[in-house]
Amino acid sequence: MDVTFINRSRHVGQSYISSVFTTLWAFFTVIPFVYRIRPKLILINGPGTCIPIVIASLLLSILFLIRRPKIVFVESICRVQSLSLTGKILQYLPVNILVQWPQLTERYPKTQYIGRLV
Amino acid sequence: TTKFDLLIETIVKDANVLHTLVDDLHIEKLILQIGSSPMPSHETTPIPIQFYQYKDSIENDIQQADLVISHAGAGTILQTLEANKPLLVVINEQLMNNHQLEIAHVMEKQGYLYFCTCATLAETLKKFVNHRFEQYEKGNPLLFGRYLNEIMTE
Repeated sequence: MDVTFINRSRHVGQSYISSVFTTLWAFFTVIPFVYRIRPKLILINGPGTCIPIVIASLLLSILFLIRRPKIVFVESICRVQSLSLTGKILQYLPVNILVQWPQLTERYPKTQYIGRLV
Repeated sequence: TTKFDLLIETIVKDANVLHTLVDDLHIEKLILQIGSSPMPSHETTPIPIQFYQYKDSIENDIQQADLVISHAGAGTILQTLEANKPLLVVINEQLMNNHQLEIAHVMEKQGYLYFCTCATLAETLKKFVNHRFEQYEKGNPLLFGRYLNEIMTE
């Protein structure tokens, strides 16, 4: 099993302004990794560390360097009334967003509820 | 793990809480996981108190308990509900992390547990007398597998 560590987009408590820069940096370092792996399916959850992977894979596929992977984001069970910031951002991208509380699909129509997973 | 000094203090020192635990709920012993919080002095508590900082797994303690009182961590909540134990979730108002409140609130609304703050701990405990909670159903990871199969064969 191949395990690779990638940079965090944002550390806990980090200011959102500086997070833009750390996210950009993480994004550039992750591009060669995504290109090497060429994932068909990307499973992500939780913090914004997953966003550079998503953007890198979408960018590489737009440039016809890889096939566009299926991307599935599983939102935390703690998210009952509102989506996490990561979830909110991913709504604008071709990502399948699974929530664990059905009421969220009314507020965020791009999300899906397929039952409680945990 | 998150620090919740006030909860430990309340359980050990609050006379109303101890009275409710012993007289109304017939609790005979307390086992506390205190993490990095200080352990208050407890020579005069009416029942024996055992405590430890950390364990690899609190699963055994949950299984042996008649009542679990915990902070609002999702992991602990789910673990306790899956063990079908009466659960009192205490919100840490100093953290004021909205997600804590959200999951405690919805779980209480669905009848799986009660939640409170340190200030309302004693009075909320009284609700546990002769109370039957809804049985919590574990989530089903197979649904996820089936979903992935579907989207990969689209």
